[in-house]
Amino acid sequence: MRNTKLGISYLTVEIAEWGKKVMKDFIRNRYAYLMALPVVAYFIVFHYIPMYGAIIAFKDYSPLKGIWGSEWVGFKHFEDFFGSIYFWRLIRNTLLISLYSIIFGFPVPIIFALLLNEIRNSLFKRVVQTATYMPHFLSLVVVAGMIVNFTSVDGLINDIIAALGGERIPFLMKPEYFRLIYVASGIWQEFGFQSIIYLAAITNIDPQLYEAARIDGANRWQQLKHITLPGILPTIVILFILRIGNIMNVGYEKIILLYNPATYETADVISTFVFRRGLIEFDYSFATAVGLFNSVVNFVVLIIANEIAKRLQETSLW
Amino acid sequence: MRHEKSIGGYIFDIFNHILMVILVIITLYPMLYVAFASISNPVEIAGYRGILIKPLGFSLEAYKAVFRNPSITTGYLNTLFYVSVGTTINLLMTSMGAYILSRRELYWRKLVTFLIVFTMFFSGGLIPTYLLVKSLGMLNTRWSIIIPNAINVWNLLVMKTSFDNVPTSLIESAKIDGANDFKILFRIVLPVSLPVVAVMILFYAVGHWNAWFAAMIYLRDRNLYPLQLILREILIANDTNMMIGSNIGNVGEREPISVTIQYATIMVATLPILFIYPFLQKYFVKGIMIGAIKE
Repeated sequence: MRNTKLGISYLTVEIAEWGKKVMKDFIRNRYAYLMALPVVAYFIVFHYIPMYGAIIAFKDYSPLKGIWGSEWVGFKHFEDFFGSIYFWRLIRNTLLISLYSIIFGFPVPIIFALLLNEIRNSLFKRVVQTATYMPHFLSLVVVAGMIVNFTSVDGLINDIIAALGGERIPFLMKPEYFRLIYVASGIWQEFGFQSIIYLAAITNIDPQLYEAARIDGANRWQQLKHITLPGILPTIVILFILRIGNIMNVGYEKIILLYNPATYETADVISTFVFRRGLIEFDYSFATAVGLFNSVVNFVVLIIANEIAKRLQETSLW
Repeated sequence: MRHEKSIGGYIFDIFNHILMVILVIITLYPMLYVAFASISNPVEIAGYRGILIKPLGFSLEAYKAVFRNPSITTGYLNTLFYVSVGTTINLLMTSMGAYILSRRELYWRKLVTFLIVFTMFFSGGLIPTYLLVKSLGMLNTRWSIIIPNAINVWNLLVMKTSFDNVPTSLIESAKIDGANDFKILFRIVLPVSLPVVAVMILFYAVGHWNAWFAAMIYLRDRNLYPLQLILREILIANDTNMMIGSNIGNVGEREPISVTIQYATIMVATLPILFIYPFLQKYFVKGIMIGAIKE
């Protein structure tokens, strides 16, 4: 009896102490907290309220009844989605577009950075950098517009094919070309910009290593293989893991600009499906359920990838 | 760093330079093609097939048509509004958030950090966000383009990393002199972090300039459309009829000028960015490195 009483009084003392600490911190840093107010409010309103709003995935949402008033339906929408003919197609398309982007797109900026690093003329190097970073700043609408124009039947690419004796192809109407167009234009737009981080990593390599290697008679290929590449390997590994972590995250804006019903077979991914079902067909609850499924899978993959990246960074990077 | 000049080395250098030139051509040619075609004679270009290495004839008709078009001019003005007001709000909110996360003495800092970083990993999704914007009465207002994207968490963390490098002594002495946190942020921390501020302005401004998706889902009124949304109609939906005008009943036949109008529209929408960006290049390289180091 005495002991619990003592315990409780300890607890009250502790709470009081804590309260005092919090109050002191609050008064001392009142301006900082005043500054935090709009920021925290922004995140709560525009990020956490939509997380709460996602419960309509388990309801039959009707705008008249509101989020809270709509009826619960449990996992109905999820079951509908998993059982629908779209499910595997969407998963396959999402994963394949990501996978192709990684397989073909990931090595390009690395190779480019390594080759650019071998250029000694700094003016030439700067010109190459300025030119290759440029497409990153083009809007997706412009890039998609150029793709539509160049790949059209009377467009530049078909003119070249026809000049070489080939048959003109309406590329954007053919499902088998969609991934190629998506991935290739993505590499075109981003390889230069993505190389920046590798160039930065190369700059951070200790020049003495190269000096020592040259004294030992290593040629440029050997220096690249034994110093530069191992020097940027940690960066490569971390970026690769983070990229894998985003495998369920496909940029839907470009797809929405480029796809059409003729290419849904290969082009439609989870996020574009959510957009269509939710905002064009107004099937709010079902679209939210599909989106929530995507968010949850994404979350799990990202957390795992981040954990791995963190551990590797601790052991190998510094 | 001089290296030995072996024959293999020479050959490699030559190939490497050639490869780089090819890469530059591949990245720039699509833009050049658009530039050439936009000032070409519409009739000549409509009949031309193949690669362009210079403009075909010369005509500014397409540009005149573009600037005569009221949708484009209001789109331009709207985009300027979204870029200027949007970037200002982004910068204000992001720097305040970054400042809070960099003040280690704050008792609630860890909680706020978690609250913010968690949103990078999990989101409610497109539809709940849309319904929120709708229920806030923001649908079909300019605010729907600006407020829901007031802070980009990645940018906030880049800025925070930069703020962490501001010497504590600078802040402490200002505190002793009686400066409050607002003064410290705007008079001391931001002025000594100008490179990161430049990067933030560049990233946010380019983001607003290029954005179209939020406008497409939130806006109904064409008078609020940003340039990119008008551009989408012209480029993707191939809708240049509104510019040529007076051709009702002429369906199926594409006017030669409608093609050059497409090219001219691309140029008009892209040139401002391409002019500004090389000057800011050294800053964003720095910004990416700041971000990379911490990640």
